[in-house]
Amino acid sequence: MLIQTTVFYFFSGILVLSALAMITVRNPVHAALFLVLAFFTSGALWLLLEAEFLGIALILVYVGAVMVLFLFVVMMLDINIAKMRAGYAKYLPVGLLVGAVMAAEMIIILSKSTFEHVQPNAKAADYSNTQELGKLLYTEYVYPFEIAGVILLVAIIAAITLTMRKRAASKQQSPHNQISVKRKDRVRLADLDRE
Amino acid sequence: MDSLDINSIDSLPGLLNMLVKSLVVMPEIALLIGTLTVLLVSLYTGRNSENVTYVFSLATLAGMVFLLLRGMDRPNVVLFNEMYVHDELAKLIKVLICVTVAVIFIYARPYLLNLKNSRPEFYILGLFATLGMLVMASAQNFITIYLGLELLSLCLYALVAYIRDSNDAAEAAIKYFVLGAIASGLLLYGMSIMYGITGSLNLAEINIYLENIEGLNIGLIFALTFIVVGVAFKFGAVPFHMWVPDVYQGAPTAVTLFISTAPKLAAFVMAIRLLSYGMQELVVDWQQMLMILAVLSLVFGNIIAIAQSHIKRMLAYSTISHIGFVLLGLLSGENFGYASALFYTIIYVLMAAGAFGVLLLLNKHNRSDIDELSDLKGLNQSHPRLAIIMMLMMFSMAGMPLTVGFYAKLYVLQSLVYNDFIWLAILAVIMSIVGAFYYLRVIKYIYFDDLLVRLGTQNNALMANAILTTNGLLIVGLFIFPNYLLNYCVSVFP
Repeated sequence: MLIQTTVFYFFSGILVLSALAMITVRNPVHAALFLVLAFFTSGALWLLLEAEFLGIALILVYVGAVMVLFLFVVMMLDINIAKMRAGYAKYLPVGLLVGAVMAAEMIIILSKSTFEHVQPNAKAADYSNTQELGKLLYTEYVYPFEIAGVILLVAIIAAITLTMRKRAASKQQSPHNQISVKRKDRVRLADLDRE
Repeated sequence: MDSLDINSIDSLPGLLNMLVKSLVVMPEIALLIGTLTVLLVSLYTGRNSENVTYVFSLATLAGMVFLLLRGMDRPNVVLFNEMYVHDELAKLIKVLICVTVAVIFIYARPYLLNLKNSRPEFYILGLFATLGMLVMASAQNFITIYLGLELLSLCLYALVAYIRDSNDAAEAAIKYFVLGAIASGLLLYGMSIMYGITGSLNLAEINIYLENIEGLNIGLIFALTFIVVGVAFKFGAVPFHMWVPDVYQGAPTAVTLFISTAPKLAAFVMAIRLLSYGMQELVVDWQQMLMILAVLSLVFGNIIAIAQSHIKRMLAYSTISHIGFVLLGLLSGENFGYASALFYTIIYVLMAAGAFGVLLLLNKHNRSDIDELSDLKGLNQSHPRLAIIMMLMMFSMAGMPLTVGFYAKLYVLQSLVYNDFIWLAILAVIMSIVGAFYYLRVIKYIYFDDLLVRLGTQNNALMANAILTTNGLLIVGLFIFPNYLLNYCVSVFP
């Protein structure tokens, strides 16, 4: 139990610190890397809760795919950091004050309320987390699962709607024209005067 | 199948029982298949894709209305591990949503044809949004409510930015997206605290839990606050209304019509399911929260609308004040109040559709939207029929007799008086009188001012004109026969 608690606090500490660093560092690339660290440690926390599949999925999807894409975007965009941070020092005190008051209020209220604490039993070593999740997703939660699929489809359609433009100047391949091309379209025999 | 009653279904063997019960989900499945078909067809029809998409979308919606009407007398069931509920409220709202979306498509069609870069995505995203609203209409679980809401909102964010070259539209879309995401976050936070306390995501189970607890658990109020804030954001009630005027103004008028009509029906069901079906026991607490929202919406909506010279912005503030009235109906916490709020929402959708419909059918000759109120000056001289319809809508929004808006306001006030909220009723009447000023100003512009700009009308708008005229006639017709609709609204809440 002691080892588990130690590991929990170790990872939680890193998680909180990296999350704080993510919103305070100056360089957006560093911020993205701190976010990667935050995802990684929360993945570790999930492993500690015996939710292996979720932990691995978090690392694979967020660290492996989303954050890499994010880094690409951050590096490709020309972001004027100084301009974006112009109001930072000015708004910081007010923001800190409001945030601190709200956090304090929420802690007071939530510490006075009672939550259902049901300690789940530890599962056997050969218990398959992935299999159980799969069973639940395709039986009890099949309806929301399908809706989530539709939401992803809409996200694709919306992204394409907002960004795809056919420009007149853009160069495109036309396979049909390419394969139906004849010799006479491409080769021109010219009579050159002999020197 | 329609004539089977619930007992004979339960006596069927397991799998068959499941199948027969899940027939009630047919409309949703059909809509999804129809939308995907429209999506594929629009890809392969080249230059005609817009026409084809329009026709296919209307056909899909017509099929939906047919399926939904057939399902009206199916027994009420709860499906999918109690996540999907098929009850009287869901049946009524679903039919209304599908009809509204079809009308929106018809009104928007001539306007979209007139746009330079019109694309078939308007109809496709509109159909997906409809699916999201139907999911919300029969959601009985925090997960399904949230997923339906997100499906709807995602489509709306993309629709607001439909005209890609317009800076106003892009700005409106970003504002809407950011504020919508914050609202979703608040809603989810409230739901997760509620789950932590009650141990369930199911609204019926939460209600049972709340009935059986003893003493006050302050965490419940905490969760409730976040949920109410989330709902108020989606409704656009003051003080969570910041997005409404900017989005209404920045979005193309066809999209403004969409946002201001059908989603209000879905937001109404969401509020009823969360507050009444899930947390009726906390009525004393959410009543006070809704009271603050309603009073602020009525006061700010009506007073700020007076100062607007942009017609879509004025209608946005007018929407906020109407939302105040809907909340007044909801806050009484009993069935007649809910019925009056439902009646008000339906009538509001009818009025908003008519008002934006008139704006959609008019155009300036330089092909820009009608935006200034003064554009409507002397409309009676150029387009007398549209002028009459606009006048009816404005009279109805102001709550004048001879239009159904009068009864909508009357029933809400009646429910307030029954429940001893006399001061709220008086305030609502005073604010309606303030509101009458800016509605009557529009009528003054139309009928008593000289023609300033000669507005043109859209081409190919025969169907839209016919439906719009019907819409105008309904406003008067429902004044003469309001009882049928009201009785239906009352019967929805047993």
